[in-house]
Amino acid sequence: MLKFIKHHLETIAGIEVFPLISLILFFVFFVALTLYVFRADRKVIKHIAAIPLNDEPIEDEEN
Amino acid sequence: MSDNNEQLSAGKDTFYYDNVTVRNFLVATTIFGIIGMTVGLLVAIQFVFPEANFGMQYTTFGRVRPLHTNAVIFAFVGNGIFAGVYYSLQRLCKTRMYSDFLSRIHFWGWQLIILAAAISLPLGLTTGKEYAELEWPIDIAIALIWVVFGVNLFMTIIKRRERHLYVAIWFYIATFVTVAMLHIVNSFELPIAFMKSYSWYAGVQDALVQWWYGHNAVAFFLTTPYLGLMYYFIPKASGRPIYSYRLSIIHFWALIFIYIWAGPHHLLYNALPDWAQSLGVVFSVMLIAPSWGGMLNGLLTLRGAWDQVREDAILKFLVVAVTCYGMATFEGPMMSLKSVNAIAHFTDWIIAHVHIGGLGWNGFLTFAMLYYLIPKLYNTQLFSKKLANTHFWIGTLGIIFYAVPMYWAGFTQSLMWKQFNPDGTLVYSNFLETVSQIIPMYALRAFGGLLYLSGVFVMAYNLVKTARAGSFQSQSKAEAAPLLKGYQPDANEHWHRKIFEWKPVRMLVWSLILVGIGGAIEIIPTFLVQSNVPTISTVKPYTPLELNGRDIYIREGCYTCHSQMIRPFRSEVVRYDPNDLEYSKAGEYVYDHPFQWGSKRTGPDLHRVGGKYPDSWHYYHMLEPTSMSPGSIMPPYPWLYKQYWDKARTPDKIAAMRTLGVPYSEAFVDEAVSDAEVQAQTIADGLNKDGLAVSPDKEIVALIAYLQRLGTDIKNVEEVAVKEK
Repeated sequence: MLKFIKHHLETIAGIEVFPLISLILFFVFFVALTLYVFRADRKVIKHIAAIPLNDEPIEDEEN
Repeated sequence: MSDNNEQLSAGKDTFYYDNVTVRNFLVATTIFGIIGMTVGLLVAIQFVFPEANFGMQYTTFGRVRPLHTNAVIFAFVGNGIFAGVYYSLQRLCKTRMYSDFLSRIHFWGWQLIILAAAISLPLGLTTGKEYAELEWPIDIAIALIWVVFGVNLFMTIIKRRERHLYVAIWFYIATFVTVAMLHIVNSFELPIAFMKSYSWYAGVQDALVQWWYGHNAVAFFLTTPYLGLMYYFIPKASGRPIYSYRLSIIHFWALIFIYIWAGPHHLLYNALPDWAQSLGVVFSVMLIAPSWGGMLNGLLTLRGAWDQVREDAILKFLVVAVTCYGMATFEGPMMSLKSVNAIAHFTDWIIAHVHIGGLGWNGFLTFAMLYYLIPKLYNTQLFSKKLANTHFWIGTLGIIFYAVPMYWAGFTQSLMWKQFNPDGTLVYSNFLETVSQIIPMYALRAFGGLLYLSGVFVMAYNLVKTARAGSFQSQSKAEAAPLLKGYQPDANEHWHRKIFEWKPVRMLVWSLILVGIGGAIEIIPTFLVQSNVPTISTVKPYTPLELNGRDIYIREGCYTCHSQMIRPFRSEVVRYDPNDLEYSKAGEYVYDHPFQWGSKRTGPDLHRVGGKYPDSWHYYHMLEPTSMSPGSIMPPYPWLYKQYWDKARTPDKIAAMRTLGVPYSEAFVDEAVSDAEVQAQTIADGLNKDGLAVSPDKEIVALIAYLQRLGTDIKNVEEVAVKEK
C-alpha cells in the first residue's frame, strides 16, 4: 500500500515547490491572524475570556 | 451586542451537567496515577538493585519500563484529560454531554484498553516502538474509542448554547484530530498473528515516523489538552479571566503549526538525512515563542493575586505546573541544538527533562484539578487544606530529588563517554565504569520518586475523606438560552470568528490541514527512500533464525537500555567499532521492521556488537551478566535457556517480511524453518565445543544468532569487491 503512495508521490511534477507554497500560505495566515488579534473588538474578547467564569450551575442539588 | 439581544429574546432552557463521567475519570486518573508511579518507582529501584525484578521475566526492566510509560501517559494523564474535558466542555458549551451512552462506552472502553496494556506488556507482547508498544488489536481498540470520544466531543459542541468557542475547546479539538492522525499513521503494522505484528516501515522511515509520532504524542497528548485545562482551570481557581485572550489565539495556532515539525530533533546525528535534522532543529527553536507565550499567559493571569497563591494549594500546584511547563519548553529547544544534543542524547538528561514535564506539568496540573473538582462534585469543602499543602511540598521536593540527580548523572556519564587520554584512547573504555559512577544518582532519583508518590497517597487519602464527608452530585442544574436557529452574524463581524470561533467542524478541518501539511512534508520525502537512504549492496536480510532472535530482542525490550545507533563522533566509533571506526549508516537498517535505534544508553550501544565476542561470552552473559561484566546492572535472562524459539510461526514471519518488501524468494518461505535449524545447530555445536551443552531449539541460540549478525554486513565490502573481480 505504501508502495502505491510512494509511486504517486514520486511522480508529482514539481513536488519541490510544495514546501515553498506551504511557507507562503502559513506566512500569510499568521500575518492575517496577528492583524485580526490586534484589531479584534475589545468587548467581544472580554466576553469570550469571561466564559469560564460565568458557567457556575445556578444551584446545586441532587437529582 | 448581538449576543445579549439573542439571550433577551429567547426563553432559557434548564438542563443538567453530567458529573458521573467526570467523577469516574477522576477516580481512574488517581488510581492509575498511583499504579503508574509505583511501577515507575519499581523500575527506578531496578537501576540500583537489578534483582528487584524478582527473577521473573514479566517484571524485568525491559518489559516493565514500557508499562510505566504507558500507564502514566495513557492511563494517568489520559484519564486526567478526559475528566477535565468532560467537566469543562459541558460548562463552556452550556450543555450536557451529547450522549451519556457514548460517555460510558468511552470511559469503560478506555479502562479496558489500559487493562489490556497492563496484561500484554509484561507478557512481552510489544511492537517495540517507544510509547506505541501496544499490539495491533489494542491499537484498533484505541482508534475506535478515540472516535467515540470525538463524536461525543463534537456533537456536544454542535448542540452548545454558547455561540463562542472558548480557547480551551480549540485545544481539545486539536488534540482529538492530531492524536487520531498520529496514532493511525504510526500504527501501520502487518499482523502475523493475534498480538504479533511488524511495523510497516523500516529503518530510517520507521524512526522518522516513530519520532514524528513520539514527539507529537508529547505535544498533543501531554501538552495541548493540558493547555486547554490550564486555560480553563487557572481562571476558575483564581476567579479572574485569562491575562490576554488575544495572546491565547496566537498561542493556539502557532503552537499546533510549529509543534508538528519538530520530531526529527529526536534523531540528531543519527542516520537521518541532514535536511530532516535541520528542519527539526529550526522548528524546535521556534517553539519557544508559542510555548512561553502560553506559559506567561497562564502565570500573568495571577498578577495581583499572589496573596491567594500563598494560601491556596490549588493555585500553588497550578503555578508550579505552569513553571515546569516553561522550564521544559525552554530546555527542549536548547536540547535540540545539535551541539547540546550531542551531550544530552542517550543520557539521563532526557529522563530529567521528561520528568520535569511529567511530574511537574502533567502531574501537578492533574492534582490541582482533583483538589478543585472533588469538593465541587461532592458539594463540600476539602477535608484538609493542610494535607493539600503538605502534598504540594512533598511533591515539589520529589521533583527536585528526581530531576537534579538525573541532570547530574546525564552530564557526568556523557562527559565520561567522551573523555580521551592524550594518546587518543578512551579514558573510560569500559562502558560499565560510566554506569557505576552514577549509581548513587539512581538511588537518589528513586528516593525522589518515592517522595512524589507518597504525596499522591496523601492526596488520595484527603480526597477520599472529602468525598465521604460530602454527597455526590450526579448532575448539576444549569440554565441558559438556546442559540437562535438561522442566526446571521453581523456584517461587521470579523472573519476569524466567522470562520473558526463559531464553526467547530471547520476548526477541526483547518487544524487537520495545518498539522497534516507539517507531517506530510516531514514524512513524504522519506517515503522516497531511494534518494534519501543510500543503499549498501552488502546489507542482506536477516536469516530466519536471526529474525527470531530479533523478535526475542524486541520482546525483552532490550531497546529500553541499548541503542543501535553509533553517532559519527570520534568518541563513539572508537568505543563501539575500534577496528574499522564505522559509524551507523542509514542503509544498514533497510530490513529493520521495526527499527531498534533506542533512545537511552543504560548499557552500551549494540550496533557493532556482532563478532565482538564469542558465542560463549553471550551465553554466559545473558545467563548471569555480572559473570562477564562484574558490577553490571543488567538483569539475568535465565528463561531464554528454557523457552524455545518460535518455529511454528517462522514461515509466516518470512512471508510477512516479503510483503513488506524484504527480498526473500517465494520458495524461501517453506525453507525458512530448515534454514533456521541448520544455523541453530551450528551455533549449538560451537557452544558444545566450549563445554556448554545447549539444545539448538532454545531461545538463547536465536538471540545469539541475532546479536552476532548486528552491524556486520557493512564489513563485507571487501569480500564483495573480491567476488566482483
